[in-house]
Amino acid sequence: MAILTYREALGRAMAEEMARDSKIFLMGEEVAEYNGAYKVSKGLLDKFGPERVIDSPISEGGFAGLGVGAAMVGLRPIIEMMTWNFGIQGFDQIINHAAKMLYMSAGQFPVPIVFRGPNGAAHMLAAQHSQTVEGMLTQVPGLKVVTSSCPADGYGLLKSSIRDNNPVIFLESEMMYAMKGEVDDSEHLIPLGVGSIKREGHHVTLIAWTKMVARAMACAEQLAQEGIECEVIDPRTLRPLDEDMIFNSVRKTHRVVIIEEAYQAASVGSYIAEQIQRVCFDELDAPVMRVSNEFVPMPYAENLEHRVLPEPERIIPVIKQVLYMD
Amino acid sequence: MSPKGDVPTKSSAGKSNGTKDSERQSSSKNIQDKSWLLGVYEEMCYYRRFEERVNQAYTKQKFAGFCHVHIGQEGLCVGVQRALRPTDYMITGYRSHTQAVAKGIPGREVFAELFGKATGCAKGNGGSMHMFSKDKRFLGGHGIVGGQVPLAAGVGFAIKYEKKDDIIVCYLGDAAVNQGQFHEALNMAATWALPCLFIIENNRYGMGTDIKRTTSIDHLWKRALAYDMDHGQVDAMNVMKTYDFVSGVVANMRKTNRPYLLDAICYRYKGHSVSDPGLYRTKEEMAEWMAKDPIIQLSEHLKKNKMATDEELKALDTKAKERARADEDWADEQPQPPEEQVWQNVYMD
Repeated sequence: MAILTYREALGRAMAEEMARDSKIFLMGEEVAEYNGAYKVSKGLLDKFGPERVIDSPISEGGFAGLGVGAAMVGLRPIIEMMTWNFGIQGFDQIINHAAKMLYMSAGQFPVPIVFRGPNGAAHMLAAQHSQTVEGMLTQVPGLKVVTSSCPADGYGLLKSSIRDNNPVIFLESEMMYAMKGEVDDSEHLIPLGVGSIKREGHHVTLIAWTKMVARAMACAEQLAQEGIECEVIDPRTLRPLDEDMIFNSVRKTHRVVIIEEAYQAASVGSYIAEQIQRVCFDELDAPVMRVSNEFVPMPYAENLEHRVLPEPERIIPVIKQVLYMD
Repeated sequence: MSPKGDVPTKSSAGKSNGTKDSERQSSSKNIQDKSWLLGVYEEMCYYRRFEERVNQAYTKQKFAGFCHVHIGQEGLCVGVQRALRPTDYMITGYRSHTQAVAKGIPGREVFAELFGKATGCAKGNGGSMHMFSKDKRFLGGHGIVGGQVPLAAGVGFAIKYEKKDDIIVCYLGDAAVNQGQFHEALNMAATWALPCLFIIENNRYGMGTDIKRTTSIDHLWKRALAYDMDHGQVDAMNVMKTYDFVSGVVANMRKTNRPYLLDAICYRYKGHSVSDPGLYRTKEEMAEWMAKDPIIQLSEHLKKNKMATDEELKALDTKAKERARADEDWADEQPQPPEEQVWQNVYMD
């Protein structure tokens, strides 16, 4: 067992996969000579050379599309978006092309490609660098959407994403790159569509993904002092979604809070809440509650950013609310 | 703008005119060969008759959706295809019927696709704008203007990555040169020397808008100047010139891997789509272009050089008409896709 940072775990996953399959290449802004804007691709240029680790021009639409075209004829590209906010420039290629090619061609042209990069707010990056895209992209049939909340999950899920034969949106976080965690020395894959119970409990289920898992864990820790046992579950992949894990936890705790770095309307959280009320209606002892971003563009000032994001001081009262403790 | 002679403006086209390349030599030989020319003539007639039937079927409401036909642009379609080999790739925009047939997809499967039938080349999942064939290396029919251009750069990237000497032909309309993705793709193709032949099907109108009203440049090949990319212009109303010119470009590309931007001057006789009456064009303008019709030009050449008589040419056209009719008849008889197809091919295992 090694202690790796999240960025090292992702880098190791790419290095192992690239060594295994020569069809895999990595392309993106600053991925090669600069070793990655966030150093996720550190060392890959030295290992695999400039034919397979390629610095792109700043053309997200262009190189996203280049990846899709290369995937149509047999390569397996990993396309790094320096941030998913820039990735929005590539949405035409992701949504109109990558996601639809297999279907439009009636199965003739699979697009095995991973689009990966950091998603969501970091720290005081303001409105154009703080968005999450999972809500938008889980709306698109043909795409898989994968998140992770610790180095081990990032490693195992990125490897599975690279081996998947579909376009996979792999969402990371600037705030998690330095996070340390144990990663097994031996190679292992985590299948897409399988969630993870991060903490067992029987009073209330907290559903969270990416860096919101750490928020949920912090809340659970704090509430444990008061004798409240939270179950924290991380679906990890949002498409496909491990609904069984969610329903099983609801059947155990009968109370749910979804913590999501996104807006309330038409989000992954709203979909999960709808599924829970549809399948587990009789199991619920309280309405499904959600803690989300405030519905404003992200402000810059530190205190304002903090106010917009789901933070423990906004989450804990909602947990107590579903427990009828207030 | 009227169709002028070919203007090889930079490097590869200019140079290739002087090289003794085997592909180049065979192209010069072919355009003097009677049976080769008659084959080209019949193929152009077939595409004309095919699209006329498509147009008619759409007007009769035998199918719906959007429908963009290629009538008038047959010289480009055939001239380019004859300069390629089967392992070359092709990708195009939404005006994709006859290019798909030229690349080897049987016409009846294209017709069946238009009718949304199970035996169409995309099993009824694609329709007019989305013809596909993996076997024939035809990578679609795409409906987002300019969206196919980065895809072509990706195919070029893969060809180079795998160290092959194939090329990809990427057709785009004249209006697509104003899309950001076109520029991004050309920049990457030029920077990394990707074997992409970008062909602007320059029929002068982006839907109903004259290109003069949407760009500051007088010739679209000038878009290549920004990327120091090889480029040229061809009179695509003339199939022999087109074939000969493109053969030279392709021969050179196989050696250099360099991309090329070709401004192919042509004209569509019908509207942007079948539902467009084309009121933005004058009768005089249309008559001027139709006088340069690619099929008429070749028939005059054949007759002048005593390679064919009117009767012989008429017989070829009749054969082409029958082929197109047979395609439609076959498509008529095909079944609709089964309902379970809705759920298939969303994801791959």
